[in-house]
Amino acid sequence: MTAAKALEKPALRSTSGADLSFRIVVGVITFFSFLIVAYPMYFIVIASFSDSTLVNQGQVILWPKGVSLYGYEQIFQREDIWRGYLNTIMYSFFGTALNLAVTLPAAYVLSRKGFAARRIIMKLFVFTMYFNGGMIPTYMLIKDVGLLDCPLVMILYGAVNVYNLIITRTFFETSIPDELYEAATLDGCSHFRYFGTIVLPLSKAVIAVIMLYYLVGHWNDFFTALLYLNSDAYQPLQIVLRNLLLLNQAMAGTTGVGGGAYAQQYADQIKFGVIIVSTVPVLCVYPFIQKYFEKGVMIGAVKG
Amino acid sequence: MKQASTAAAAAPRKRISLWKTFARDWQLWVMILPAALYILIFCYGPMYGLQLAFRDYNFSKGITGGDWVGFKYFIQYFQSPMFFPTIRDTFVIAFFSLICGFPIPIILAIAINAVKGARWKRTVQTVVYLPYFISTVVLVAMLQILLSPTTGVLSNALRTVGLVGEKTNLLGDPSAFVPVYVISGIWQSAGWNSIIFIAALAAVDGQLYDAAKVDGANRWQQVWHVELPAILPTIIILLIMNMGGILSVGFEKTYLMQNSMNKGVSEVISTYVYNVGLKSSQFSFGSAVGLFNTVVNFVFLVLANQISRRVANISLV
Repeated sequence: MTAAKALEKPALRSTSGADLSFRIVVGVITFFSFLIVAYPMYFIVIASFSDSTLVNQGQVILWPKGVSLYGYEQIFQREDIWRGYLNTIMYSFFGTALNLAVTLPAAYVLSRKGFAARRIIMKLFVFTMYFNGGMIPTYMLIKDVGLLDCPLVMILYGAVNVYNLIITRTFFETSIPDELYEAATLDGCSHFRYFGTIVLPLSKAVIAVIMLYYLVGHWNDFFTALLYLNSDAYQPLQIVLRNLLLLNQAMAGTTGVGGGAYAQQYADQIKFGVIIVSTVPVLCVYPFIQKYFEKGVMIGAVKG
Repeated sequence: MKQASTAAAAAPRKRISLWKTFARDWQLWVMILPAALYILIFCYGPMYGLQLAFRDYNFSKGITGGDWVGFKYFIQYFQSPMFFPTIRDTFVIAFFSLICGFPIPIILAIAINAVKGARWKRTVQTVVYLPYFISTVVLVAMLQILLSPTTGVLSNALRTVGLVGEKTNLLGDPSAFVPVYVISGIWQSAGWNSIIFIAALAAVDGQLYDAAKVDGANRWQQVWHVELPAILPTIIILLIMNMGGILSVGFEKTYLMQNSMNKGVSEVISTYVYNVGLKSSQFSFGSAVGLFNTVVNFVFLVLANQISRRVANISLV
């Protein structure tokens, strides 16, 4: 009782003044962070449902005006968007599947303390995080192995991300007790079986996190396609978006307000919807996995 | 004599044990094979290809067929009129991204960690993480929409408040390029980068706060004496890692934000390598520029790592 009171006293005393100012500052920082981050995204959403003329006049600020789905209707009629969408779904799905199939077993191996070559292999992997051949030698390699303008490059390239590998390995090392392995081997369990039946089911958190990392990486990948794909038929969504949103915009800049009115108006109608349609799938996956983030990222951070 | 005999006895034993470990661990080798092959081919392969920077590229003979020319292409780059502008643009963007972008996630994390209401905390966290998932193409498109000199909601608002001059074109004026690049970068990733600090703060022992309170520390002093020391190792590790990128600027965003009006400040090394090396097929020259960039970054990383090992006894690896 007395001890509790003694603890309470200074706490009570310091509630005034400095602590109050701290609370206010925390409130202000979080409020403005929320506002600054949320508003641009909110604006794109309301603009996508509004009449583009009103948007351009600056009348759409807080809620949609002249509600119209014209932009979305136009988007659904565009073949290039559909094709880009389909390509991106394929690349993301198979790419992520390959990522997991390669990363998880490798992380397991590197987490086995009895594995003699693990230190040297780890060093060779980590080295590639800080030193690489660069754009042109990599381009030459892709050309030499026959992946230039081949859709497989979108799936194969980046099959292992060393950062994700480290996160996974550290999770295996810290979250799965060694006793489990000892017990399993006593029963004659092989590495394959132990990995498949014990390690994987216990690692849902880290699998969810790196799956999201890989998935978002594939979905948003612009660079790989820009460098290695030429054919229109293979282009992913991000390239289609670039052609639609940015090249159009540059054109509008040169033609000015007077000319090119039709192209400009059309671009204005669909650009908001295109942003929404291309971004929403990734944002939908995110809340399901959010609860694992802090844990997953934290684990990776421990080892840098 | 004794030494020799033990050495002789040890050698065969070691050979047997190596074979034994392989027999025991063959499944592990199978499991790591795909990853090892990938790293070997796609990461070490291009490093082998770096010899291109020291050879005259020959279209018919491939990477290893050209004649050795030593440092010819490096010297060509150092003497070219683009040497100084590319280094300057890259350094300026990376420097301001680091200086302005580094403290904000820390402040944000301390603020979020201090929020009492669970629901508000969750809401803020969810929202500030979100932009990280937006693709670079979409981010740049959003910038063009919001900052358009005629119709942009944000540029109009900034003009009304007086933060931006009446005639400023935030998308075209060279002086606006770096601020727009840096601030939009903070907008996109400050929340995400705060996660690591939030996690570190969550791990702080509650007794430390209690002890600080007993000593009469107010909430500000608790931040200074309890929270900052707790996240200092994380801060240093991340600073070291960021030092390794002091001469590297993301290709995608710069490339997408580049236009004819801002080219004077937006040609960074990576876009230069792309434009000159790939687009104009000067493969050897481009490789040399890229290698120069990688080496500078690597040196900075190692230096930062050494300094922090000396000063704070914290280092990578």
